Amino acid sequence: MADIPSPGAGGRIIRWIDYRLPFVGMLQHELYEYPTPRNLSYWWNFGSLAGIMLVVMIVTGIVLAMQYTPHADLAFDSVERIMRDVNFGWMLRYAHMNGASMFFAIVYIHLFRGLYYGSYKQPRELLWILGVVILVLMIATAFMGYVLPWGQMSYWAATVITNLFSAIPWIGQSIVTLLWGGFTVGNPTLNRFYALHYLLPFVILAVVLLHLIALHRFGSNNPLGIDMKGPQDSLPFHPYFTIKDLFGLSVFLLIYAFFVFYAPNFLGSSDNSIPANPMQTPNHIVPEWYLLPYYAILRSVPNKLLGVIMAFGSIFLLFIVPWLDTSPVRSARFRPIYKWVFWLLVIDVVALGWVGANPPEGLVVTVGQIATLYYFVHFLILFPVIGKVERPRPLPVSIGTAVLEPSRRTPLGGAGAPIAKP
Amino acid sequence: MPKHLLAAAALIAAICAAPLTSGVAEEMPPLPRQEWSFFGIFGTYDRAAAQRGFQVYKEVCSACHPVKHLYFRDLTDLGYTEDEVKAIAASYQVNNEEANDQGQIYQRPARPSDPIPGPFPNNQAARAANNGALPPDLSMIVKAREGGPDYVFGLLTGYKEPPADFKMLTGMYYNEYFPGHQIAMPPPLNDGAVTFADGTPATVPQMAHDVVTFLTWAAEPNLEPRHRTGFKVMLFLVIAVGIFYATKRKIWATAH
Repeated sequence: MADIPSPGAGGRIIRWIDYRLPFVGMLQHELYEYPTPRNLSYWWNFGSLAGIMLVVMIVTGIVLAMQYTPHADLAFDSVERIMRDVNFGWMLRYAHMNGASMFFAIVYIHLFRGLYYGSYKQPRELLWILGVVILVLMIATAFMGYVLPWGQMSYWAATVITNLFSAIPWIGQSIVTLLWGGFTVGNPTLNRFYALHYLLPFVILAVVLLHLIALHRFGSNNPLGIDMKGPQDSLPFHPYFTIKDLFGLSVFLLIYAFFVFYAPNFLGSSDNSIPANPMQTPNHIVPEWYLLPYYAILRSVPNKLLGVIMAFGSIFLLFIVPWLDTSPVRSARFRPIYKWVFWLLVIDVVALGWVGANPPEGLVVTVGQIATLYYFVHFLILFPVIGKVERPRPLPVSIGTAVLEPSRRTPLGGAGAPIAKP
Repeated sequence: MPKHLLAAAALIAAICAAPLTSGVAEEMPPLPRQEWSFFGIFGTYDRAAAQRGFQVYKEVCSACHPVKHLYFRDLTDLGYTEDEVKAIAASYQVNNEEANDQGQIYQRPARPSDPIPGPFPNNQAARAANNGALPPDLSMIVKAREGGPDYVFGLLTGYKEPPADFKMLTGMYYNEYFPGHQIAMPPPLNDGAVTFADGTPATVPQMAHDVVTFLTWAAEPNLEPRHRTGFKVMLFLVIAVGIFYATKRKIWATAH
């Protein structure tokens, strides 16, 4: 608590409260003074963006819940009622619908940034693991939210995905019955998904809080991947990073608003404007774009149980990334081999997305199987091996010297050149 | 390194080759791209076309298809006055929601607050009257079909003689744009099927264009406020981006 301004009555009240409940002081410390590496690039904007999107989703979601009817016979019409007759209902609904896509886009960039700069390495392993927990919760929440409008794709996505659990030996079918609340996807399924869709975002919020506590323990990683060693390496969070985050936020909102107002259905499926019909299966059952890579892995494995294990495994692999990567160096900028191999993973995931979006025939199947194989090879073989065989470039002495003295700046390519000046 | 780069190049090539393979399953002609008044950032519904489209719906489509999500009151959006909407509503007979004192549900003229009634009391009746096929609800049709307005326009104008080697089922019609090419709906539009009050010649493409304008409005009635609000929001955000960028530069100028 360096200095809380305004010595007047207001200041006295704040000091009185803070003496007993050190909340203002905590905020002062964590949001104002909080020392942040001075060389953070714009790739570090996505954490705060993700936090803001979570709040946007919760707020729009709660207001939508006030108008929505979770019943198999009424859900579809109640959503149309929101779109047509609720004041600005169309805006709320489109903001929520496209917000999910934006949230995932942000989180995926955030995740790949962490992979590129080694943000998961000692001492940030738990920070990373909590992030993966958030991703898993987000996938579950998004999937259940997609079921709520009770359109054709809602219904059939629910059917296909819940059926995955039937691959589990012995207890699989019982789990599916439990998920459905019956012997087919129906009103009880919709009701429990609605309850969970309302609950899980608050669980995410709690894990985000833990994620932030873990983050603030050691502070942000940075493009150089070396620790802050003194005051010359850092800047106070406010005003330097509040303004940088605000600038990034305004650019992001421009993209988000474009989708909400001018292309609200671009990322969705037209089949979901048809009410759910258990008697008629759509031609292609396709999940939302952000789940396509997992779906591609699932379909690329000929055995159902193995496919389910590998699709889930593709996410759970992320939990052990801190121990799969054997390199002592964090940032890919100083890792001559990993720097390139990283982009293979990006291409691989994009390829998996394309495979998931197309009907599995011909080339799609081949690409899907190669890409699935590569995904696991990347994490289970390349990660440990490259860390051992690669000879990292020498690291700079400190962030301050690397950033402030241009003569000593290492001339390197790769994503995100050091931001000395904006 | 070259090995990794080769693998990457192979994958990129595979991705680029996507359009070559994905459409093999059903050979469909490309949709007839139309100029729509509601496209673009400032897009609005052409009121005259939408009113003509409503007439086409009322006199042709509504024989089989409901518009479940539309209320008579919504029609004021198309430029009809309150009195005109009252008159349109009054030309329909609907069941009163509540029973009368004798416990009977009775018929009365519709009011603007009523949903536009469909042609059949339930899906079974609709199937029974249509050779087993269920005419879909049209109030969502433009949103519910891949290709949207262009697809619906293509479907309405896409009736053709089947190719010589094409096996048709009895009671089905050949349509270029319908998935599988066999559709249970007979060609709905013929030249002169309606008479437009404004003197527009009622050709099949004209009627299709107008009814698609009406149906797009039916599926997306808030498109105009959405476009207007969006423009204001984007303008605000562009200014915000400028201000935040300038502030950021100013604050960071002292950092080094």
